Amino acid sequence: MRSWKRPWLSGLLLISPSLILLGVLVYGLIAWTVNLSMQDRHNARESKGFAGLDNYVNLFTNDINDRFTHSLKNLLVFTIVFMVGTLVMGLIWALLLERGARAEGVFRTVYLFPMAVSFVASGVVWRWLMNPGEGDDAGGLNAVFGGLGLDFLQNPWWTDPDWGMAAMAVPAIWQLAGYVMALFLAGFRGIPNELREAAAMDGASNFQLYRRVLFPQLTPTVLSAMIITGHMSMKMFDLIMSVSGAQWITEVPAVYVWQTLLTSDYAKAAAISVFLLVVVAIVVVPYLIHVNRAEKRS
Amino acid sequence: MTSQTMAPDEVRSGPAPAAGGRKARPSPVGQLVRHALLLLFLLIVLMPLYVLIVTSFKSGREIGVDGQWSLPEVWTTASWEKAWTALGPSFLRTFELAIPVALISSIIGAANGFVLSRWRFPGADVVFTLILFGMFIPYQAVMIPLREVVQFIGLPGGIPTLIFVHVVYGIPICTLIFRNYYATTVPVELIEAGRVDGAGLLRTFRMLILPLSGPAFVVTVIWQFTSSWNDYLFAIFLSNTRNGPITIALNALAGAQSPDYAASMAGALITSLPTLVVYVLLGRWFIGGLMAGAIKS
Repeated sequence: MRSWKRPWLSGLLLISPSLILLGVLVYGLIAWTVNLSMQDRHNARESKGFAGLDNYVNLFTNDINDRFTHSLKNLLVFTIVFMVGTLVMGLIWALLLERGARAEGVFRTVYLFPMAVSFVASGVVWRWLMNPGEGDDAGGLNAVFGGLGLDFLQNPWWTDPDWGMAAMAVPAIWQLAGYVMALFLAGFRGIPNELREAAAMDGASNFQLYRRVLFPQLTPTVLSAMIITGHMSMKMFDLIMSVSGAQWITEVPAVYVWQTLLTSDYAKAAAISVFLLVVVAIVVVPYLIHVNRAEKRS
Repeated sequence: MTSQTMAPDEVRSGPAPAAGGRKARPSPVGQLVRHALLLLFLLIVLMPLYVLIVTSFKSGREIGVDGQWSLPEVWTTASWEKAWTALGPSFLRTFELAIPVALISSIIGAANGFVLSRWRFPGADVVFTLILFGMFIPYQAVMIPLREVVQFIGLPGGIPTLIFVHVVYGIPICTLIFRNYYATTVPVELIEAGRVDGAGLLRTFRMLILPLSGPAFVVTVIWQFTSSWNDYLFAIFLSNTRNGPITIALNALAGAQSPDYAASMAGALITSLPTLVVYVLLGRWFIGGLMAGAIKS
């Protein structure tokens, strides 16, 4: 009889194992890491005491060669190129496919297939494609550019000290542009047909139709695509380890954490991790709250 | 997906002669340009695959700078044999990882998604948001203590540990997919009718909900299979080349200072094969289900 008064109780019970696991392994371990990041513990031995925010301050003011800010700069370049690249390519593909094309299913499947491949595997071929040799030594894509008479396109790819991270984003774009395309296609399909018809009745040109009627409807799609690619970018580790290995020129915070752990500097690794988490949370938490509210309204 | 895809166009061009006058009608030239562009992008996307296949069948002598892009003069499977020797054991191990992860995650996701959409408790929305956040965290933020926790629990290293962590950190995405799926496909009236008949939570779930859950299962099974198969971060933190999944073995094969490109590329193909097969076989449902979940979130 009790379950008739509070039928939801059984639901809470069913979901509770998940809640406990996530409570401990997400929130509990985050708290653990935050605590670790405020300890004076820079080798395998016990903590020498509470260090407050020192480890964080040191990342910005007292890191050899400004290694941390260097890795942040790399991450920023990567993130911008990756996000813009996937959005642009995804949108172009979606626009090309949106009103139906011959063999549409084939194109969609091929554009999306790189998503099924692991970064470790695609890194193998992209390292080869992004061969930094130029001129007579050209290999990979540079050889293609040379063969097509487009020598000016030859470049050192990820080995360029300033813009190498932009090249590192190319494989990531290859891998996820198809996913963003799928998001856009879903967005287009979600727009009621009456809107298009009304615009056509009003004599809107194709350009006006997209510019004034369809694109504004896609704002939520763009937002989710940016959140998804943005947070992936913050975590980017596999691809970089696979293409370049851990090295200065392509180091991002996620790789820096790994390298720091290899030296048993636990508190510093924890501080970098928490910093990454905070950056992600600043973007994602408002988004989640926004989605939650939007759902309640509808 | 595919059958619905064409529907809007049919509806639009069919019954409305008034729409015939709209300027948006595609011209033959436009169609041609569009298909040419689609084909060009298709070739660009497939290019890395071409390189992988061609290079993997070349002999060591042919892997120079000259003729990099050409077909092998002599096709040889020597590199495939070398790659298989290096990856074989971990290839099989990774199935022992990815299949249980896909199944367990999906069942947990279905139960959670059902409760959070159709058997809600007070505060379900807040709980759902808290669950969802777990999907976005950079796993580095839990990785350092995670190693100690799995040791504390006493899980054997390697695959069992990885099954556990992939299931746990897969809960958010699976819950999301099932919740959105149930919220859009299962009518509230169905649950209420069941309740009137005296069906409790488990019976409702088993008899009414599970039979409707096929499409969402396809998505979570593929998603979890692929992400645990492709994972490198958890693998490198929690396993090694002797007991870990294939990504670790591939990285060991390909990550050497002067890598054997032919063997590495054969290895990359071996590594990608299972996820590609799954994707090609089930991809159509995957995209459909993925998009259904994606619009909502």
